[in-house]
Amino acid sequence: MTPFRYETALDASAAVKLGAASGAKYLGGGTNLVDLMRETIERPDVLVDVSSLAGEITDGDAGGVIIGAGVKNTTVAADRRIRERFPVLAQSILAGASGQIRNMATVGGNIMQRTRCIYFFDDAARCNKREPGAGCDAVDGFNRNHAILGASPACVATHPSDMCVALAALGATVRVEGPGGVREIPILDVHRLPGETPHIETVLQAGDLITAVVLGANGVAPRSSYRKVRDRSSYAFALVSVAAGLELDGETITDVRLAIGGVAHKPWRAHVAEAALKGGPASTAAFRQAAEAELAPARGLRDNAFKIELATRLIADTLEKLSQNAETAR
Amino acid sequence: MRFNINGQRLEVEVDTRTSLLDLLRDHLQLAGTKKGCNQGACGACTVLVDGQRINSCLALAVQYQDRKVVTIDGVGAPGSLHPLQEAFVEHDGFQCGYCTPGQICSALGMADELARGVPSYVTEDLTAETMALTHDEVRERMSGNLCRCGAYNGIVEAIRETFADAQAEGPKREAA
Repeated sequence: MTPFRYETALDASAAVKLGAASGAKYLGGGTNLVDLMRETIERPDVLVDVSSLAGEITDGDAGGVIIGAGVKNTTVAADRRIRERFPVLAQSILAGASGQIRNMATVGGNIMQRTRCIYFFDDAARCNKREPGAGCDAVDGFNRNHAILGASPACVATHPSDMCVALAALGATVRVEGPGGVREIPILDVHRLPGETPHIETVLQAGDLITAVVLGANGVAPRSSYRKVRDRSSYAFALVSVAAGLELDGETITDVRLAIGGVAHKPWRAHVAEAALKGGPASTAAFRQAAEAELAPARGLRDNAFKIELATRLIADTLEKLSQNAETAR
Repeated sequence: MRFNINGQRLEVEVDTRTSLLDLLRDHLQLAGTKKGCNQGACGACTVLVDGQRINSCLALAVQYQDRKVVTIDGVGAPGSLHPLQEAFVEHDGFQCGYCTPGQICSALGMADELARGVPSYVTEDLTAETMALTHDEVRERMSGNLCRCGAYNGIVEAIRETFADAQAEGPKREAA
């Protein structure tokens, strides 16, 4: 680990002043950043500890909630409002990491965590994220865990978060305080696809600090769920995950939200499948066709082509189960 | 920097790069807490901070000043073992013992989470007020602690005997 100066901020605007300096990084729970610093992949000069800021979950407008960026992952998953109104969010968090890590990790840090691509972590390998222009050893390497959607020849890494997949399905907004003031960014616009600049992972600028995640109430949230497929049954990153919410009127789909994890450089909102399903019948055939349409542009690498069929089936099956639960509920 | 470890207040000067784990082992000679992977994957370094389990290897010590840290050294001692430690002996919940301090601290934190009604990924009813400590619940909630000897069956039994029985006796209990 390279030496750094440690600062604590008493409020967000003080943090932004410290965080806007060159070489500064915000520190939440440290579960990803400390690991990367130990490997000297991250080498901040200043760590601005923001873990004691924005630690509350408060009621938003009309059944919505506002989750402070410093709230621990466990606290979000245990919150009764989240469990009852946004079950997909609680499930996604509980599907990720371990009990210990969820107690440390913050909501803001979960959003800002970096890929677990093994070539990104291995400084003997080539990686365009670590060293722009160096090349990518994952494209032709061991890429079982890598992207099938939205990737580029420069980078095939995936975003590792489960929580962000649920936030993408729910259409959450991220509140950011920066040197220019406070603004709100849809979660889908926070992370970027890799293109030619995979080292630029989000739209956040120097000094920008995530202060909250804002969730509005919507019709699909109460009947939503998160499914995750991984190489072992617990404490592993997703091969493919699905966050889904469904609203039915009889047999007709009035609203549907779908996002997929483990498949792209960002949480992947399945707009194509949603458009295919909305207003149509809640049938096995319709679910399968919509999933196939979403995955049509997917491209497999040497080791991960299985994810295309896996994602298709997982989407179809998750929607099927949600529609059955909906019938039971009536 | 000022720390509160196992009920003792201490003042130690360490580099900002020092992890909580290295503070305990190398600076305070509290070697009960073990270093396994040193990257948050194995759970051997688990300690309790304000009653909550964390990986001390991923924690910068500077971030944990004046927090109440409890390590395995503060849980029990020879001759006065914690009931969970007795149960690990009873059920062969270890072979080499290297993961055991982390398993014990993690299980204490886990029991407290259960008592507070924190659900897990395998909890059927996400809105339930309380959850039974079934075999599957223990396996899921303890998945952050690896045992290379494969003593999992004994570990699960020791935890269930200690906390599931207590759970059956009353709805609220102190975990540690």
